[in-house]
This record gives sequence, structure tokens and C-alpha cells, in this order.
Amino acid sequence: MWNYTDKVLDHFHNPRNYGEIPNADATGEVGSMACGDALRLTLKIDKQTEKILDAKFQTFGCGSAIASSSAMTEMIKGMSLEEAGKITNAEISKFLGGLPPEKMHCSVMGKEALEAAIANYKGIKIEKDEEEGRLVCRCFGVTEDKIQKLAIENNLHNVEDITNYTKAGGGCGACLQDIQDILDAVWNNKKEKNSEGASVKTEKPAEAKKLTTIQKIKLIEETLEKIIRPSLNQDGGDIELIDVDKNKIIVKLLGMCSHCPSSSFTIKSFVETKLKEFVSPDIEVVEENNND
Amino acid sequence: MINKAIYVDNNATTPVAPEVYKEMIPYLTEYYANPSSIHTFGGQLASKIDEARQKMASLLGALATEIVFTSCGTESDNAAILGILSSNPSKKHIITTKVEHPAILNLCQHLEKNGYDVTYLGVDKKGAISFDELHKSLRHDTAIVSVMYANNETGVIFPVEEIGRMVKSRGAMFHVDAVQAIGKIPIDLSKSSIDLLSLSGHKLHAPKGVGVLYIRRGTMIRPFIIGGHQERGRRAGTENIASICALGKAAELANQNIAAENDKVRKMRDRLEKSILETIPYTFVNGDTVNRLPNTTNISFEFIEGESILLLFDQHGICASSGSACTSGSLQPSHVLRAMGVPFTAAHGSIRFSLSRYNTDSEIDKILEVLPAIIKKLRAISPYTPKN
Repeated sequence: MWNYTDKVLDHFHNPRNYGEIPNADATGEVGSMACGDALRLTLKIDKQTEKILDAKFQTFGCGSAIASSSAMTEMIKGMSLEEAGKITNAEISKFLGGLPPEKMHCSVMGKEALEAAIANYKGIKIEKDEEEGRLVCRCFGVTEDKIQKLAIENNLHNVEDITNYTKAGGGCGACLQDIQDILDAVWNNKKEKNSEGASVKTEKPAEAKKLTTIQKIKLIEETLEKIIRPSLNQDGGDIELIDVDKNKIIVKLLGMCSHCPSSSFTIKSFVETKLKEFVSPDIEVVEENNND
Repeated sequence: MINKAIYVDNNATTPVAPEVYKEMIPYLTEYYANPSSIHTFGGQLASKIDEARQKMASLLGALATEIVFTSCGTESDNAAILGILSSNPSKKHIITTKVEHPAILNLCQHLEKNGYDVTYLGVDKKGAISFDELHKSLRHDTAIVSVMYANNETGVIFPVEEIGRMVKSRGAMFHVDAVQAIGKIPIDLSKSSIDLLSLSGHKLHAPKGVGVLYIRRGTMIRPFIIGGHQERGRRAGTENIASICALGKAAELANQNIAAENDKVRKMRDRLEKSILETIPYTFVNGDTVNRLPNTTNISFEFIEGESILLLFDQHGICASSGSACTSGSLQPSHVLRAMGVPFTAAHGSIRFSLSRYNTDSEIDKILEVLPAIIKKLRAISPYTPKN
């Protein structure tokens, strides 16, 4: 049982401002059902004064996700967009008398929905793939920028804190070392980069220079089997090799991966990196066009 | 402290039966001596342990000498696997499934870091393993195959006898984690392919802190806890006599009533499940509904998240559990549901109801009365409620 404050329980049992504003002036959506929580925020904004006249939320998630959404809408009603934009996740948590450490990501989700709605009002399109930087946690789609930002905003020094605030590292755990490295860099604790090497590298199979097509396909299959598949399997997903056309490798994602919002990330940053590392640096990975 | 609960979380733990409680008391009060002592005051207690052992043996269709009392199901699992590995040092391969309890899964992952090779068998949508996969996975150096009898989250039953026959034909040892099955499914180990079997007292109305490892006669196994000569040298440590006698009583009760009780429990479970599916849209049962424990149902409520449901249940004193990520303290939903390919979304919204003989029809009525409003409330808040 979580140790929720009375205020969290109150906002969970009696959520304020839930629902949807028809013809809203701004909408912010974050999270996904796959990740376990999602929040859709709609705002009514006075165009003259840029004041938030009304705010409503719809949340899929646990008790503290619903409470954080409710609290956030209460906080921003009547504020100017500028004031609302300055609200931090820590303030949302404070409004509720605190959240359990493992639930801090719920307050972060509230803050992010607010940011998304303000950006939406201002007509700024956030290109998820590009603008938010390098993807660190594939399981929950968390970028390096987000980790750096939250670490600084909330004075986070441990990987565990980052997981509590962003979920990053809470899935397969493959990125834990990466998160540690980011934190080290953020807090100017830079490690010796040369000798010991920060990232764990699996042994490379012999030499991978001039491969015949057969050798290449064999090596691709071996890499899929030994390196890539086990990681995808952990998330209930799988991968199938469809075709190899010179250096273009066509694959199909199966199971959980096939409808995972971060699947394009999975393909690009993981499958391709690994195949480049183990097979050939010229490899390009393409997902089979298939929408079922 | 609250104790006016509607308790439908019996796969987590069960209430101690009043008869079982009564059985324990003398050993916590006047008969406090050590059963290993030479004096009559202590020595007479050894015969009480033997009685309990005999009752447990009857429930399992085993010999009394095949029963070793332990401290819990987890210890029994550890003792079985580690004991077999240590007496077969040349065999470095283990087979288990992806849906085991953490007592097995985390132990196997630990062993992987220590030079063992582990095969985790997958399951299909219904939660069943493939015999073909098992057959292919068995190797000449497979020391032990460990498979649960029934799954704690879904109640799905594995065909352990058939699995065991295949395992035995390839010369490996066969361990069954039967923590959820004992007392709910009749078992006869005298005609079985099972070499080792774990069970836990607190899942069958005995107290927490006592379990059993069944070891088939003639099995070569090293002790897990090393020390005194208790349990014929197979499990050291002064016997927890009160709990052992309690477990003996619980085994006796289970043996007497297994058919009638399971019938009653099954009827309540079926009514609960059927009514939920009929009255609440976008719900479905996870796992095989035929090969399943009579007391368990695991239902997914789409578009909403399990912890929220449990929190609203809690207001009515209803105790259940969920496969959602948020209730586990981890960020991933149930490994069992994920292994079955249940979509993440539905896994997040899954609720397990697990009944016992102490549940009543009026409790089921109460759950059915409050549940639709709880689901409706959360779906009204959710961004995903089907609009069309």
C-alpha cells in the first residue's frame, strides 16, 4: 500500500476539473496507455489577457496520477500562461503534501501536459523524434534532455531518483549505466573516459570486414538472436527478419513492439546500432510497411 | 487497524482457520520445550511433529519420510533447486517458465550470473507452455526442470504430470512449485512424476512462516540450510513446532473438505466472473478459463488502471490485487500477463480476485454492487474511454 497523503486521497476520490473542454483553446497530451499513465489537458484561454479561464483533465493512471492531474488544474486556473509555464513538478507535488518517491513521475506528467498545452496554444509543434534529443530509455521513451532537465530542476543525483521521476531505467534496465553517465556529466563528476570505458560492450564476433551475402545474413540473424531479441522479449516484443537488400535490412516488429509508441525509436536507436556494431557500419534498418 | 474486510486476495495469503489456530496454542504456551531434547518434556513433542508430518503426507499421497518442513514456500523452492544443483555439479542447465513466482525467477536469474544456463519457457495466450519447446530445451546437462503447478496471478494450471514424464524420460529432476495448488487440487504423489514439490502453509489457512518441501524417496539432494540434525539432516534449525502442528491440522482440514469446498468456491467465483463480464463492458478474463484453479479469476478492465480500482475498492473494505505496474512498485505490469501477450494496456487494468472457503455469497453481492460504479467513475476520468 502506498503512503498517500490525505490531500492526494482527496484529489483522487474527488477529482476536480475532470473531463474535456469543448472547443478548447489549447490541448496537451502526454504519456500513453502502454506506459501505464497518460494525461490529456484542455484549456480555455482569454485571448486578450492570456489568462487560463478553465482547465480540465482526463487521466489514465494510478491514484497519484489522477490526484496530480486534479491538483495541477486547480493550481493553474486563473493564472496567466506565463505564470502557469513556470510551475514545476515539485510545486504540484508540494500542493498535494508530497508524493511517495516512486510516484514523482506522476507530478512530472502533470507538468509536461501543461507544457504541451502551452506549446499547443502558441502554435509550437514539438517534434517528438527530433527536438527532445537522444533517446536513453527505450522502454518508456525518455530522452537525455529530459533526464538532464529534471536532474537539475529537482537536484537529483541518483539513478533511482531519475527512475522515480521519469520512469527511465524502470523497464529492462539496459540504460541504467547510461543514466549514471548523464548524471555524472550533469554534476561535473566526469569519469575517466578512456580506459575503463563507461558503456558495457559485448564482445564483437571476430572480424566483420568483407562478408559474403550468406555470411552477412548469418551474422545478422546471430545478432538478432543473441543481442537484440532477448532485449525485446523482455518487453513482450519480438523481431522478425524479413529481407536483406544489400545494406538495407527489412524487419518486422512483433508482439508488444508492434504497437509500442516508441517502436520507431526501438528500430533506429537499438536494432540499427547493434547491427552496425556487430555486422557492418553501413547498415540501415527499415520496418516492414504493415499496419496490422 | 481494520479487519472488516471483504477478503478476495487469498492467493496472497489466507486467514488462519480457527481449528488451526486452536491447534497451535499449546505449543506457544505450555509445551515450549525443544523436540530434540532427551527429557520427556521435550521429547514428547517429536511425536507431535510426526503426526503433523503424517497428516501432510496423507494430503499429498506421500510417505511421511518424504516430507521436510521448511519456513516458507520460497525456502522450499530455493532448497529444491540449489540442493539438486549442488548434488549434480556437472550439470549446468535449468529449465523453468517465464510465468513463475519471483522465488523461482529471481533465483534462476541469480544462478545465471553464477555460471548456470537457464531456459525460460514461454507461454501462449491461455498461459500454456509448449511441449515441443520443452522437448527441444531438454539437454544432457539439464539438472532440474522447475514448473509451477498453478499460476498465482491467473490460476492457470500446468499439466505437471505430462511435463514430468517428459522431463524424467530425459533424466532431469522435476520440481513443482505447488504453493497455489495444494488444498485446491487433489494430488497423489505416490503415482506421480514429480521429484520435488514446494508448498506454503499460509496459502492453505495455516500461519505464515511454515512450508514443506516434498522430496521423493531416493532423491539425491544436499541440504540448503546446514546445521543440526533436524528433519533427518535435510533441513537444520529447531523445529517451528507450533506452526508445523498448525500446518498438519490445515492439511487434515484440506484433505477432508477439498471437494465440497472447491465446489462452493468455484460457484462463487463463477458467479462473480460471469456477472462482471455481463454487466461491465470492455472486460475480459486473462488466461485459460478451463484449466484453472477454482478460486481465481483475473479480469482486465480496459481503459483504466488497476491501482485506481483497488483504491476505490479499499473504501468498501474490498481486498483484491492487480497486475498493474503501479501496484507492484516496479514500473512494468505483471510479468505473467506480459508473457501471455496480454496487451500492456489491459495488463495495467487487470484485477485478480482469489476466493477461499471463508468467502460468502453476500460478499460477492457486495463486490458486484459497488464495482460497476467504480469502473464507470474511472472511465469517466480516462482519456481513452471508447467514445464511439
